[in-house]
Amino acid sequence: MNWYEFLLRNRSEVFERSLEHIGLVGASMAIALIIGLPLGVALVSRAKLQRWVIGAANVVQTIPSLALFGFLIPVPWIGGIGASTAIVALSLYALLPILRNTCTGIAEVDPAVVESARGMGMTPWQVLWQVQLPLAAPVLLAGIRVSTAMCIGITTIAAAIGAGGLGVFIFRGLAMVNNQVILAGAIPAAFLAIAADSGLGYFQRSSAKR
Amino acid sequence: MTSLSDRFQDGYALEFRAASYRLPSSALLISGLNLSVARGETLVLLGRSGSGKTTTLKLINRLLEPTEGEILITGRPSGSWDPIQLRRGIGYVIQDAGLFPHWTVERNVGLVPRLERWPEERIQARVREMLALVGLPPEEFAERRPSELSGGQKQRVGVARALAADPPILLMDEPFGALDPITRADLQREFRALALRLQKTIVFVTHDVREALFLGTRIALLDQGRLVGVYAPAEFLKATEPEVHAFAASLDPGGTHEGAP
Repeated sequence: MNWYEFLLRNRSEVFERSLEHIGLVGASMAIALIIGLPLGVALVSRAKLQRWVIGAANVVQTIPSLALFGFLIPVPWIGGIGASTAIVALSLYALLPILRNTCTGIAEVDPAVVESARGMGMTPWQVLWQVQLPLAAPVLLAGIRVSTAMCIGITTIAAAIGAGGLGVFIFRGLAMVNNQVILAGAIPAAFLAIAADSGLGYFQRSSAKR
Repeated sequence: MTSLSDRFQDGYALEFRAASYRLPSSALLISGLNLSVARGETLVLLGRSGSGKTTTLKLINRLLEPTEGEILITGRPSGSWDPIQLRRGIGYVIQDAGLFPHWTVERNVGLVPRLERWPEERIQARVREMLALVGLPPEEFAERRPSELSGGQKQRVGVARALAADPPILLMDEPFGALDPITRADLQREFRALALRLQKTIVFVTHDVREALFLGTRIALLDQGRLVGVYAPAEFLKATEPEVHAFAASLDPGGTHEGAP
């Protein structure tokens, strides 16, 4: 049996697991964005704190994902087995590229433009929303793009702590020593990553054109 | 609160009273500056790089706050103005124009009127009027992006943007400094005519003595954060201060100028 025959025969489960996968990635990215964007904006003018926070996010990034999922299981409130633990870990991973690109994206906006915006009497809020964020958008979107692709990959490992998603096939295939089953998880996951990446890439390019 | 235009009746437009500006690192960028700017005049701040010209300018629109002394704007201390309202009443043009690259020329010029919530038709009319004033036909330029303009055109748009809300005071920080000599001469000539016509109070920063002599009704010479003196253009080259000689000599790099030491 080929991997695509397996895929076809189990298409309803593959579909379901794909939706689970997308749900995990979507929830994690949403949390990472809600935390990362405002935090990044707040850190732009605080160089010292920015180094610490980005350093901490870097450290998180170096923890192997399987280990991080494992570490979180005994943690009260956020830990345990299942999707919520996975979402916590995935959000932590997704945070760094978003945070870093928010900081650099805003810092790289031409200082002359920001100064003239302030000098013309725009409030700090207007400068942020009408000048800094639109001009930082391509860099911001690049960060979101990296985060999303990475998140889709790491989410396959979340199946190890019972979070579901396409990783279920991969772990099942590993246990059965059956490459077809592994591919039935890996190929849709790769497809999701490519689709998300090219979709966000399109946005990134169109924001850079403006 | 009365607006800047309402207060613009009598007395000096701007007055520096023993104003100093010190960086947190304790370096003194401006020290004990006393300087008055009359209504309707074009005061040129002349000095070398690092002499404190730009710092002086930024003290006026509160991009920087004096660490000692005070600056009176139409007789009222700058600290008592709401900085946002104050800046909307003071036009500001900088060297790279500082146009918003993601906005069209029309939106750039209409910036302050929109911040001030003018009615849309009035903004449209004003933008067209301003573009025509600086020699850019609106039908040709209104929809362009700053990236589709030459350096001289960008500066024209910068001037149009600064004048759009009809501010009584205009601050210009080496606005023509990055232009080629021919474009610069064109803009200087046109700007001089414009300044005479509009009767704005203008503070103009430059390190180019030729430009200072051509545009200024008075020239304030700064050196290392201190005011060397204030001169009428006709008197400037006759002044005896060494810093004046240095600038006079820059007019004539060959060194044959009689004022050179």
